[in-house]
Amino acid sequence: MSDMKYTKDHEWIRFEGEIAVIGITDHAQNALGDVVFVDLPEAGREVTAGEAVAVVESVKAASDVYAPIAGRVTEVNSGLVDEPALINSEPTGGGWFFKIAPAGALPDDLMDANAYAAYVESLA
Amino acid sequence: MTESESLHTTPLDALNRELGGRMVPFAGYSMPVQYTAGIMAEHLHCRAQAGLFDVSHMGQAELIGDGAAAALEQLTPADVQGLKPGRQRYGLLLNEAGGIMDDFMFANMGDRLFLVVNASRKHIDLPLIESVLPAGVKLRPLPDRALLALQGPAVATLIPTPMSFMGIMEMEIAGIPVIASRSGYTGEDGLEISVAAEQAEKLARALLAMPGVMPIGLGARDSLRLEAGLCLYGNDLDETTSPVEANLTWSMGKRRRMEWNFRGADVVRDHLDHGVKRLRVGIRPEGRQPARGHTEIRKDGAVIGEVTSGGFGPSVGAPVAMGYVARDAATDGTALDLIVRDKPLPARVAAMPFQPHRYAR
Repeated sequence: MSDMKYTKDHEWIRFEGEIAVIGITDHAQNALGDVVFVDLPEAGREVTAGEAVAVVESVKAASDVYAPIAGRVTEVNSGLVDEPALINSEPTGGGWFFKIAPAGALPDDLMDANAYAAYVESLA
Repeated sequence: MTESESLHTTPLDALNRELGGRMVPFAGYSMPVQYTAGIMAEHLHCRAQAGLFDVSHMGQAELIGDGAAAALEQLTPADVQGLKPGRQRYGLLLNEAGGIMDDFMFANMGDRLFLVVNASRKHIDLPLIESVLPAGVKLRPLPDRALLALQGPAVATLIPTPMSFMGIMEMEIAGIPVIASRSGYTGEDGLEISVAAEQAEKLARALLAMPGVMPIGLGARDSLRLEAGLCLYGNDLDETTSPVEANLTWSMGKRRRMEWNFRGADVVRDHLDHGVKRLRVGIRPEGRQPARGHTEIRKDGAVIGEVTSGGFGPSVGAPVAMGYVARDAATDGTALDLIVRDKPLPARVAAMPFQPHRYAR
């Protein structure tokens, strides 16, 4: 997935044309453990970069998921409501959270795969 | 000193790491919150087969000498003197205000009492107990012993014993001398096994080699005990909570409720005679979103209590919680709102345990 970008909050972004698909990384799902619930934003909501827009709950804890970029939420992954475990089994595939139509320039601190891997390594 | 350097380790620390334990600080110890299978799988495995828990962080001690049981009764409303040899009971240590200093297990070993107290409270419990002992009764802490819990429906076949639920005996497992009780804190049948620290790893390896035994961490221990409706000290019980409020009146002996001669008896008696303002209850949130400890509870818009333990129950397949609510809202089925992230989450007061106990009665 060389076209993916990553944030320090462990979200990934993949562009499908003009639309950004967003989820959490394998590292993040592994740290969270078994996901049992996800609270997703409303489609149509305008979000700013860094804004907490979703909640993911594992057996042991709740965590915020942030909008990595500013824009408008165009779609959410309603499949996660019935099957939140997809976030564990397919974090960068079927476990995506929401899509955003970007507004303005992307934040300049997004990392590529190598930079993110080095960042995760630095946390260990 | 860094946090990890200041943490105690159990005699199974090396094995816990070898097994892939994700180690976290807990009550001053470095403990495995989960192993490689993860909390959900570990929880379900314990209910289906057998799980091995390292609970060596808990405090073990012996009370020896004539009058030991009577001395302990100064601090607890449990019936200690009436406990027969080879039997164990759950009890509460109280302060002068009738508040719970700790919950603990005590057993009659014939020539002595054997005690197990919480890791987070042992530094308080042991001096407290010592302070009421007459000459001739001695409290002997057992820091050189490890404690393992083997829990689940397969345990009765893996390690047959003549004990029924809450029995306790000295025996050998895999050739190693242990004190085993038919008890635990998961709602399942099983054993708690006290063993000399230097034999703990050998015993743990022997148990893990038995068919269907999986190592289980503190994460699943918490979800298992919550489904079983069992209290966690520091979450569901504290020094401001009376046994009556905590719905643990059953742990007080009948004789003790005639004599009223334990510390805090006046307050407890008043709570029994005149009722309490709040009561510990089970709570079932609607939907799948868990409500965690400290979640505010409202009824018809008014704040009436707080969740003290909450999470997702893997066996129940839904979120479960317990907490304290105003007495008039404590009836099963009462509709509540749990305020999760500023939003009301509908819930109902529900009977506990959430998962039926399967003790060998």
